[in-house]
Amino acid sequence: MKNKKLLWNLLYVFVIIGIGYFIYLSSAHVNYIWRWKNIPSFIVYNSQDTIDSPVSGIVENYKNKTLYIKSVKGKIEALKVEHPEVEKGQVVDKDDELGYNTHYRSGPLLVGLYMTLKISIMAMVVAMFLGLITGLMRISSNPLLKNLALTYIELVRGTPLLVQLFIFYFFIGTVFHLDRLVSGVGALSVFEGAYIAEIIRAGIQSIHKGQREAALSLGMNYYQIMRHIIMPQAIKRTMPAMAGQFISLIKDSSLVSVISITDLTKAGREIITSTFSPFEVWFTVAFMYLVLTYSLSFLTQIIERKMAKSD
Amino acid sequence: MTNTIIKAENVYKTYPGGVEALKDVSLTVSKGEVVVIIGASGSGKSTFLRTLNRLEKIDSGKITIDNMEITNPKIKITSLRSEIGMVFQHFNLFPHLSVLNNVVLAQTIVKKRDRKESVEIAMELLRRVGIDDKADMYPGQLSGGQQQRVAIARSLAMKPKIMLFDEATSALDPEMVGGVLDIMKSLAKEGMTMVVVTHEMGFAKEVADRVIYMDEGRIVEAGTPKTVFSGAKSERLKQFLSQIL
Ligand SMILES: Nc1ncnc2c1ncn2[C@@H]1O[C@H](COP(=O)(O)OP(=O)(O)OP(=O)(O)O)[C@@H](O)[C@H]1O
Ligand SMILES: [Mg+2]
Repeated sequence: MKNKKLLWNLLYVFVIIGIGYFIYLSSAHVNYIWRWKNIPSFIVYNSQDTIDSPVSGIVENYKNKTLYIKSVKGKIEALKVEHPEVEKGQVVDKDDELGYNTHYRSGPLLVGLYMTLKISIMAMVVAMFLGLITGLMRISSNPLLKNLALTYIELVRGTPLLVQLFIFYFFIGTVFHLDRLVSGVGALSVFEGAYIAEIIRAGIQSIHKGQREAALSLGMNYYQIMRHIIMPQAIKRTMPAMAGQFISLIKDSSLVSVISITDLTKAGREIITSTFSPFEVWFTVAFMYLVLTYSLSFLTQIIERKMAKSD
Repeated sequence: MTNTIIKAENVYKTYPGGVEALKDVSLTVSKGEVVVIIGASGSGKSTFLRTLNRLEKIDSGKITIDNMEITNPKIKITSLRSEIGMVFQHFNLFPHLSVLNNVVLAQTIVKKRDRKESVEIAMELLRRVGIDDKADMYPGQLSGGQQQRVAIARSLAMKPKIMLFDEATSALDPEMVGGVLDIMKSLAKEGMTMVVVTHEMGFAKEVADRVIYMDEGRIVEAGTPKTVFSGAKSERLKQFLSQIL
C-alpha cells in the first residue's frame, strides 16, 4: 500500500519533469534563446552611488569604510565610502569623485509587486465594507434594500471585470475626475464586493435561527444581535471563503494594467519591450503572483487552525 | 384582575404555508402561577408560547402582558422581551462566548448594567444552577444538561417577570433531566410565573397549578393536574395520556 503511493508520487515527479522538458523542447523548436541571467536584476539590483568630496583638502585616513578628509581650513570631514577610489595623502578638490557605495534597489518587478499588493489590500478593505452592507441589505425584509442589493450583485456578476474597469476608468473616472489608481481600486472593490456580499449572506444564513431567537428573547435589538451574536460567528465561518476571495482579488488585480497602472503585470510588459525575453519575464511574473497567493493561503491556514482551537 | 400577568384573548395564527397553528386560544395566567401546556406534536404549543413574547406575530386577537398590550404594533417590543425569559429545547447558547459572557452580555447591552455588577449577578446565578466552576468554559465543552442550566441562568439574569419553557428537557439525556427540572421546581417555589411546555408528566403533577391540553391549535381541556390527568373528558386527551404515561 505504502509502496504503491511512493510509486505514484515518483510518477508525479516524472510527469512534472516531462512537462518542463516539453516546454524546453518547444522553445528550442522556435529557436528561442533563454536569457535568465538578466531576470534577477529586474527584481533587485545593485546600484552604485558615487560619493563626491564636499570640500577641497587632503585624504587623511581610511578606516572602517570611512574616509577622513582634512579640508584646507583644517576641519576633518568623515564620509562613509565602501569602495574608495582615492588614496591616503591624495589631494582632492571639492566635488571630486571619492568612490562609490553600493545599494540594493527594488527592480521594476518588485515595485510592480508592491503596487499589486497595495491595490489588492485597498480594494479588499473597500470590498469588505461594500460586501458587508450589501450582504445585510440582501437579507433585509425591506424590498427597497433587498432589490438594490440584488441589482448590484446581478449587474456585477453578470458583466466581465475588464468591461467594468473600462466603464470605471473612461466613464465614472472622467465624470468625477478620478485618478487612475482610484478608478482601478474602485472597479476592483465594486467587483469583489458583490462576491463578498454573497459570502456574507451565506455566512449569516448559516447561523442557526435559534441564535437570533435567543438573542431576541433577551431583549436585544437588530443591531446588537448582528454585532454581538450573528457576525462574530458568521465571520469565523466565512474565513476560508474570504481568504479565497482575497486570493482571487490579487489575481484579478492584474487587469488594472490595462488602464496603465504599473502593477506586476504591467511591469512585466514593460520589461519585455526592452529585453525581448517574454518567456522568462512571464514565468517570473507568474511565480511572483504564486508567492503572494500561496503565502496568503498558508497564512489563513494557520489562522484557521488557531481559531479552531478556541472552539 | 390586578393579579393577572398574562392575558391572551381569542388568538389566531396561520403560518404562511397555510397551517392554522392557533385557533381562538384564550388563556389568563395570574402572578406566580405555573401553567403546564401539554399536547401532541404539532398541536401549537410552541407557537402559542412564542406569541407571548412576540417572537411570532398573531393574525387576530390580543395578548396583554403585565397590563401592556404587546400585540399592539405600536408597542416597541424589543427591550420588553427581556422581561419574559425564554428557555429553548436546544438551549441556543452563544457558542462563541464563554459561559460567563453568555450570562453577562445581555445584562450589559440591554439592561445597561456595568460589567462588574453583571459579572456578580452572573456568578451568583451560575452558582445557583451549579455551573459556577465552568464559567470560563465554552458552551461546546458542556453537557446538554449543563448547557440548559446556563441558558436558564442567562434568562434569569434579566430579572424577568415571567419564564417560558419550551420542552426544556426534551433534548437531554435521561440522567440530565432531573437537574434541570429541580431548578425549574425551585423557581416555581419562589413564586416565578411560569408557562411550561413539557412532556414530563411528573413535573406537571408536582408543580403545575394548572394543566392545559392543546389539540390542533385549540385549548381543549384545562384544569388542575388532578382533573386533567384523571378526569379527562375528550377521547383525544385520554389517548394522548395513555401514550405518554
Ligand atoms: N415557521 C413555521 N412555518 C410554517 N408552519 C409552522 C412553523 N412553525 C410551526 N408550524 C406548524 O404549525 C403547527 C404547530 O406547530 P408548533 O411548533 O407550535 O407545535 P408544537 O405543539 O410545539 O409541536 P412539537 O411538540 O412538535 O414541538 C405545526 O403543524 C407546524 O408544522
Ligand atoms: Mg414545539
